[in-house]
Amino acid sequence: MMRLPRFEYRAPRSVQEAATMLAEEGPSGMLLAGGTDLLPNMKRRQQVPRTVIGLRGVPELRASSNGSGLRLGAGLTLNELCRDPRVEKLYPALFQAAVQVATGQLRNMATLGGNLCLDTRCNYYDQNYEWRKAIDFCMKKDGETCWVAPSSSKCLAVSSTDVAPALMALGGIVRLVAADGEREVAVKDLYQNDGIHYLTRRREEILTDVLLEPSAGWRSTYWKLRRRGSFDFPVLSVAAAAHFDGDEVTEARVVLGAVASQPLACDEASAFLVGKQLTDDVIQEAAGLASKVGRPMDNTDFLLHWRKRVIGEFTRYALRELRGEDMTEDRVRIARHQLAAVP
Amino acid sequence: MKGSEFQVVGHPRRRVDGRAKVTGKTVYADDIVMPRMVWMKLLRSPHPHAKILSIDPSRALAHPGVMLVLTGKDLTIPYGILPVSQDEHPLCQDKVRYVGDPVAAIVARDELTAFEAMDLVDVKYEPLRTFAEPEESLQHDEPRIHDYCGQGNIHKLINLQFGDMDKGFGEADEIFEDRFFYQGNNHLALEQHASVAAVDLDGKVTLWSSTQTPHYVHRALAKALEIPAAHIRVIATSNGGGFGAKSDIFHHEVCAAKAALVLGRPVKVCMTREEVFYCHRGRHPVLMEIKTGVKKTGEITAMHLKTLVDGGGYGSYGVASTFYTGALQTVTYDVPRYHFQGCRVFTNKPPCGPKRGHGTPQPRFGQEIQLDKIAERLEMDPADLRLKIVAKPNTVTANYMRIGTIGLAECIRRVVDVSDWKKRFRKLPRGRGVGIACASYLSGAGLPIYWNKMPHSGVQLKLDRSGGVTAFCGCTEIGQGSDDVLVGLVAEVLGIEPFDIRAVTADTDLTPVDLGSYSSRVTLMMGNAAIQAAENARDQIAGVIAKHLEIPRNRLVFADRRVFDAENPEHGVSFQEAVCLSEAKLGTIGAVGSYTPPPSPARYKGGGVGPSPAYSYSAAVAEVEIDEETGWISVPKIWMAHDVGRSLNPTLVRGQVEGSVYMGLGEALMEEQTFRRLPSRLSNALVHKFPSILEYKSPTTHDMCDVVTEIIEDPDPNGPFGAKEVGQGPLLPIMPAVCNAVFDAVGVRIDEVPVTPEKVLKALDLQRRGKEGRYGPEKFPDVPWPNPSVIPPPIEGGDGSAIDQPDSAKKKAKVNQP
Repeated sequence: MMRLPRFEYRAPRSVQEAATMLAEEGPSGMLLAGGTDLLPNMKRRQQVPRTVIGLRGVPELRASSNGSGLRLGAGLTLNELCRDPRVEKLYPALFQAAVQVATGQLRNMATLGGNLCLDTRCNYYDQNYEWRKAIDFCMKKDGETCWVAPSSSKCLAVSSTDVAPALMALGGIVRLVAADGEREVAVKDLYQNDGIHYLTRRREEILTDVLLEPSAGWRSTYWKLRRRGSFDFPVLSVAAAAHFDGDEVTEARVVLGAVASQPLACDEASAFLVGKQLTDDVIQEAAGLASKVGRPMDNTDFLLHWRKRVIGEFTRYALRELRGEDMTEDRVRIARHQLAAVP
Repeated sequence: MKGSEFQVVGHPRRRVDGRAKVTGKTVYADDIVMPRMVWMKLLRSPHPHAKILSIDPSRALAHPGVMLVLTGKDLTIPYGILPVSQDEHPLCQDKVRYVGDPVAAIVARDELTAFEAMDLVDVKYEPLRTFAEPEESLQHDEPRIHDYCGQGNIHKLINLQFGDMDKGFGEADEIFEDRFFYQGNNHLALEQHASVAAVDLDGKVTLWSSTQTPHYVHRALAKALEIPAAHIRVIATSNGGGFGAKSDIFHHEVCAAKAALVLGRPVKVCMTREEVFYCHRGRHPVLMEIKTGVKKTGEITAMHLKTLVDGGGYGSYGVASTFYTGALQTVTYDVPRYHFQGCRVFTNKPPCGPKRGHGTPQPRFGQEIQLDKIAERLEMDPADLRLKIVAKPNTVTANYMRIGTIGLAECIRRVVDVSDWKKRFRKLPRGRGVGIACASYLSGAGLPIYWNKMPHSGVQLKLDRSGGVTAFCGCTEIGQGSDDVLVGLVAEVLGIEPFDIRAVTADTDLTPVDLGSYSSRVTLMMGNAAIQAAENARDQIAGVIAKHLEIPRNRLVFADRRVFDAENPEHGVSFQEAVCLSEAKLGTIGAVGSYTPPPSPARYKGGGVGPSPAYSYSAAVAEVEIDEETGWISVPKIWMAHDVGRSLNPTLVRGQVEGSVYMGLGEALMEEQTFRRLPSRLSNALVHKFPSILEYKSPTTHDMCDVVTEIIEDPDPNGPFGAKEVGQGPLLPIMPAVCNAVFDAVGVRIDEVPVTPEKVLKALDLQRRGKEGRYGPEKFPDVPWPNPSVIPPPIEGGDGSAIDQPDSAKKKAKVNQP
């Protein structure tokens, strides 16, 4: 099997202690939450931290509470998140995103914060050391060229998190804690369109909480495209949330996942929906606007032309569901199973 | 001497090795740990095609914990699974032929240390032109990937003409010409290959390995290590799936044995999933052109098949695989005249080899889709068309395959019935459809891989005073249930319980040779040997007990762990007592049995591939749903009827059918072993696109369809109690059935696999623009075919030999079949 490289493991007991360790370690330290992303990457030598700071022993990260909205600890596993009836009932987009991550076994380990910080992915990068050596490596690790587009000056690896587009559509906020202070940023501002520097999180910051505003009047949904009914990362996702006054949309956020190095807010499509009822024509027009935003590259499963082409179709699924249509049958066809919460 | 009812055969049973497997107690090669054991990693080539200029292991050897670095100069004798393709070395000698070709073996105190030292072996390469596609290999003779055979980068050319083709096509009312492409794919067995080698106290070496063919590994080790075979022991550990992946001799097996001999310590090596993709030996990508003449009534008058086979970097089973792309094309339906041309080329990719169905799924795919097109043109129901042209039992085909029993018509009728075909075909709403396809497969290759006149399988029984029996056989358990078949048959004959029998299998020191778990041969060949051995043992006991009970032998019954008088069941002894009485009378009780297949009527060169003691038959109906906006394809259900001759353990038969459907669904919808070239101005790289179990897509349980299995029993006189194979045949109809269902659903033809949403949508786009809604290859490239061997088929009064090779009957075909 592929073996982990040698590293030092540290196990802080509080966020503050973890933040101090992270500050001390500098660039050679990395945070470990569930390990489902970092450890395979380490086996493939994509990431080789000298020190791994494990967050499992930090109880604060696993708490959730509801004041006016909902506060979710970043250390909650995705299955814990899915089992929370408040999430499933009030923030369906988040539930649908989380429940479709990887597999049931992986969701027992993978965390909310881990999925938000998930490393960007690329068929030229998510390969073992020997394979990457055979292509003389790539820009994201050990090499110079972005093999997706050799003339590109920046890395084009794909944002592959499921929960980030959902949380963006829901207007979520994350709390980042460093040894010398903390700040809150909107989920949409946590990302930037660069496959290497895809997070605006500073290296010494720990993502500790996700904050959601009250859900009254909002509906939300998340649609994920992947080859199979399990395991796979998204190769396109559409998260959509809208606030309704009767049948009329008063506020909307449509977000595309897995078609760039960050989740893409479809501002034009979102603005277009405001003040309208979700008729077939309106949905069609909005889907067209959303399609313009996505520019998938040839570095995931499926052909990029096809991925580009079905953005409109997936946006339509999402908006039809928002207007209250029963999309169960389409979901089963696309997702290949019922999106039931884990008992 | 036995009752009319079977006691074991035909009853669904828990397999004897089942509980250990589901509770995690089975010991696989990777579970083996020994005192003082060290670890090995193979350093593999990062270049697709290059000369090796130098290898300097000194930095690696200086790394703390590294004990040994083997390179090509330590192992210079070539080997290969086929006598005609001795083109592999444990470690590359002077050049590398694909990314992943092993160049050095590093042995260290642990696996991580060995991995770290890989970067410290300095290898200098001189890159050569690379060949990614068969068309390139046909166009450019130089540089040659291998220079031991044929011309340029062509590995093998076959041209066999069975009869007067002009006459055959002249008798046709319609002639159909179609081209198809079948993408290559990997076996994706869950267990990655692993081996442990250790030197015994007396200096002999033992290799434990996840292999389907310990006997062939044994032979190759003797050759490559230059030590007597009697000083080598190969033990096949339980395989966590084989499917053909583990039926070759692998670099890591030879290197581990060598390293153990050099170091005097146990050496373990485990492939990563990536390395499994480099070991490969999977399904060959095959481009096909099929020309078929038919009467208005549907009967085939002649068929001409051309195949272009992408072999990858080495021979492996490839020559046999290429023959197989033509050999069984005549065994399913009646094809009176037949012309087969096959060409295998080398490319700079991991070597292809046998995967479940070995060479046969590709042309079967083509013919079954073409039959669907023929039925469409002739305005016939494709199920009725097939029923009309099913090959006839107890006949010899145009290419001299002798067919015994054929349950295909019954398979078709049954599958049509249970799937409600008549109410669905062409009657479902647009977007939903059903398709039918059939297949046949061999129950064991008629000839061994290397020429010899010895049995293909041997079984030895030791009967014990405890009433237990130990059955020894070289047969190899790869998950298919061969241990269970062995003990089940012995139990049936001796009238005891399967769990009373211990199976000792796949150990070259302890067990008589069985050639291995490939070509669906084990149940038939080992089964016949087991029955013969058990009958031999039974006869010994019967002689003693008949006297003891003072009744005629023919009144004895062996059943319920007793031996008794058929006319007075109370009058008898326990089986244990029977063994003790026999031992007292005869001495130690042992028995042997063996099996050699009947000779084949094919007497032409190349006729060694295809003959089998019996052929299995399958028919499948698949249902699909297509979303026309996205091309998204779903397969909710597959119905399968399989003629297994006799179902020895229905639980296992159903398992094989369902497993075949699952694997077939993967090949139909998503699996592909494909490669990536980087822009040539920047790089010489030619790499596997995604050698990982995550990105090489194969269905999950969520993607698996419902399966309805119908077992058809038409006992074949050559099979053990009439049994034929079920391990491979049921895979074959899945892919074409899915494609035919796509046509029924939305009217487009996808003439290649995998059938992806992108391809369906492209074909639908063409259909919307008023063009032919089709996705598939357009042309078949020029191949420098040799003149054909002309072999008159039975309808032309032929005798099985070629007319331009009068002496071919005397010559031994060089290539025998796996």
